[in-house]
Amino acid sequence: MESPKTIIKVDNLQTSFYTDKGEVKAVDGVSFEIPSGKTLGIVGESGSGKSITSLSVMRLIQDPGKIKGGQILFNGENLLDKSEAQMRRIRGNQISMIFQEPMTSLNPVFTVGDQIAEAYMIHEGKSKKEALRKALDMLKLVGIPSPEQRLKQYPHELSGGMRQRVMIAIALACNPELLIADEPTTALDVTIQAQILRLINNLQEELGMSVMLITHDLGVVAETCDYVAVMYAGKVVEYADVETLFESPKHPYTVGLLKSLPRHDIDQEGELEVIKGMVPTPDNLPKGCRFAPRCPFASDICADRLPELDELEDNSQVRCWIYTDEWDGKSGVSVKDDYGTFASKES
Amino acid sequence: MTTELLQVKNLKQYFPIKGGLLGRKINDVKAVDDISFSIKAGETLSIVGESGCGKSTTGRAILRLDEPTAGEIHFQGDDLLSLNKKEMRKKRKDLQIIFQDPYASINPRQTVRQVLNEAMEIQNVLPKEQRYDRMIELLETVGLGPDKLDRFPHEFSGGQRQRIGIARALAVDPKLIICDESVSALDVSIQAQVLNLLKKLQREFDLTYLFISHDLGVVRHISDRVVVMYLGKIVEIGDKKSLFDNPKHPYTKTLLSAIPVPDPKRKKDQIILKGDVPSPIDPPTGCRFHTRCPFATERCVTEVPELRNTTGMKNGHESACHYIEEIESGEMKPKY
Amino acid sequence: MLTYTIRRIFQTIPVLIGVTILVFSLMHLIPGDPAQIIAGEQANQEQVEQMRERLGLNEPLPVQYWNFVSGAVQGDLGNSIRSGRAVSSEIGARFWVTVELALYSTILSIFIGLIAGIISATKRGTVTDSLIMIVALFGLSMPNFWLGLMLIQYFSLGFGWFPVSGWGSPQQLVLPVITLGTAGAAIIARMTRSSMLEVIHADYIRTARAKGVKERYVIYKHALRNALIPVVTVVGLQFGALLGGAVLTETVFAINGLGRFVVDAIRMRDFPIVQGSVLVLALMFVVVNFLVDISYRFLNKRIELD
Repeated sequence: MESPKTIIKVDNLQTSFYTDKGEVKAVDGVSFEIPSGKTLGIVGESGSGKSITSLSVMRLIQDPGKIKGGQILFNGENLLDKSEAQMRRIRGNQISMIFQEPMTSLNPVFTVGDQIAEAYMIHEGKSKKEALRKALDMLKLVGIPSPEQRLKQYPHELSGGMRQRVMIAIALACNPELLIADEPTTALDVTIQAQILRLINNLQEELGMSVMLITHDLGVVAETCDYVAVMYAGKVVEYADVETLFESPKHPYTVGLLKSLPRHDIDQEGELEVIKGMVPTPDNLPKGCRFAPRCPFASDICADRLPELDELEDNSQVRCWIYTDEWDGKSGVSVKDDYGTFASKES
Repeated sequence: MTTELLQVKNLKQYFPIKGGLLGRKINDVKAVDDISFSIKAGETLSIVGESGCGKSTTGRAILRLDEPTAGEIHFQGDDLLSLNKKEMRKKRKDLQIIFQDPYASINPRQTVRQVLNEAMEIQNVLPKEQRYDRMIELLETVGLGPDKLDRFPHEFSGGQRQRIGIARALAVDPKLIICDESVSALDVSIQAQVLNLLKKLQREFDLTYLFISHDLGVVRHISDRVVVMYLGKIVEIGDKKSLFDNPKHPYTKTLLSAIPVPDPKRKKDQIILKGDVPSPIDPPTGCRFHTRCPFATERCVTEVPELRNTTGMKNGHESACHYIEEIESGEMKPKY
Repeated sequence: MLTYTIRRIFQTIPVLIGVTILVFSLMHLIPGDPAQIIAGEQANQEQVEQMRERLGLNEPLPVQYWNFVSGAVQGDLGNSIRSGRAVSSEIGARFWVTVELALYSTILSIFIGLIAGIISATKRGTVTDSLIMIVALFGLSMPNFWLGLMLIQYFSLGFGWFPVSGWGSPQQLVLPVITLGTAGAAIIARMTRSSMLEVIHADYIRTARAKGVKERYVIYKHALRNALIPVVTVVGLQFGALLGGAVLTETVFAINGLGRFVVDAIRMRDFPIVQGSVLVLALMFVVVNFLVDISYRFLNKRIELD
């Protein structure tokens, strides 16, 4: 890949939660990297570990969770070696984050202005007055109408879309190098979603930051990301640039996900392809490939051993036995084209 | 006309707002403001729109979960709004609803058996001896094993709970099922399973669906006809193909263009609307969309557009816009 | 906010009417003939009639009520039967002693309760947390007259640090305030803890951390301000309860406050004094509740300020 610089490289990240029932491996050996100035989408359904991954990068995992191992190299420095005080200087300054629920992510008892200004006061040592002036500039930047008034308002006086703009203003206040957006538009209506995604995209170009976008929505990924990591049950099962992923998805899970998505733009007659069964709970993971119990192609080796994330000729990476020499199932299958035939044969 | 199972005429649902010194009514939330549509037996009609458009309120009004302010709702010849409580309760046998969050709509202290039994008990659909067999049959129909009968709701995943919600609705042999965002909370892979199930049940039991959703992908997949609502009004209605392939109302067009498509090569020209949906307390005059519409003129501010069909539109496809023709011909250009 | 305040003031009117009716009925709820009881067992028929006349008891009930209310509005609550002095002046001085006692106790409760609650919440599940909660449970379940007696036993009689009784000098304040404030501190500590635990998992706390805010500020600025909202209600109720509950503490420490005065008045069947005191306490309660509601609104920006 031609991008010379990597802003963040996550290597074999492991985050577990220690509950009464024992260790729950929410993120189990996740690796990916984001080239500078690009957007990586992390897609997955609930329980895939995508949100925990993003919180791990910020080192915001709370008890009983713990980052157990791996490396998070941000500009070449391992964030897991940083002290809490060093991390605090990075959070909201070099790496920022916005969350899914704009309705609850802002503190209800402080004004919008105070909440944006706080970032400047912490990281740039600005006076309150100066910080509020810069907060006003931020509100203008994120396209909030009548910003002077909004500065003095409380979150409950704003709509969901406006609140998410305020969240973006807070996150971008100190001109971060990396923005982590955890389902930033999931709680919003589509027309507002379009506004917010456009805003993030424009600001990314203007400010030259990299973005890590966590989402369950493949449409959002296709429209906003450069690279995609598909997660399933705590592991990355496929990683590719966005064109490759949508044009020639490799992993049976990715294919199933794409096929089970009802589309508004094309006709899909008859029934949708489905992925049978459900996501395994992290305290009860299958022994081999975690997708094997739901996979229409699954063969003996899949149930037995966990495949590695291997790179293919087109630079994409996939965690599936079908693409290895050890594959013991039917030869010559194309996951993308034969998914329907295999799936229907089973049921 | 004989095939129309449900007919909604001039339905209005206003919710009063109290305030001031004496807590008197000071205004109304005009959640649904004079809408009419009908559903034919055996079809799926969807209502789409963003939050606050009145789609869920419409569903609740039909079941009289909230008493409508005005209008008529004809179901199999009866005006539901003129029935007394007892008659309405009987009617509920034919009118069932499945909510978004099955966990919130199923009593957490009841087992599946109790949930299903209670549904049958209330409507007295089967003699007691036959109910067990019926319950097993119902579970099988929605794809759950008979071993699930004595489990509690918290023992199930989201998709399974939604199946229980469906089984409960089916237990009384309804004619019309209102699905209020029934698959919205589910993951994509599970959502597809439930959508397929709903389609299968419709074929098997001649069900009619009123499908309420904000997800246009889901709506395109499941519907025969679609109603698009904005701020309590119907802005466009038509059969699925005509409406999705040939949308006429500027709002429908922006809505469709705003949805991200899972295909990076189809990066299209999105129409990005300005601003938020206005408040339904004091909705804009004239066409309610005029505050955000890129084509709006003086006429749109003053004159309420009626739903109408015009040349180039399939029969039954209607749009509430003054300028369908002018926009279509390119005579009018968007202002932003 | 102003509209709300005015509306809230209007809402207290029915409460006030209810209170005056109840207080007024006190006189008539006494079993038997109030005039007879007040005049005493030895009084003859004529004396009883005189008493009836003096108390206005032979007027129709609505007239009596009207006389009572219009008198009360003008500060005339009648005269004490025993001393013959005006009830208002008898209550006056003692009332402020009780208010002072309740106020200091509430301040102590808030101070200790908040700190203990916050520490407990931030160290949830640790030994510190358990220890604080056990102490709080003791504080809550200990009868305060017993606590008062124990304090006197050790700190007055034992070490001789504080006087045994009385009210006025700073040394005299310490033991009664601790006695009266302990239960409140325990309640506030428990309330603060649960409220903090709820708030600390809120999304906006995560936002604050993601912003790089120091943990100390996350707790004391972002979390506490929200956690205080339910605590304010408890504090208000607590203060009201202390006003009425000061009786035992005042008795133990021989403080000449309103609580003890009422108890004495009841024993001596000085009904005008009882009526007057109950009325004043009830009014105080209404005022405190009113202030709590207003400050609650002020703290909680989410409530529509219509």
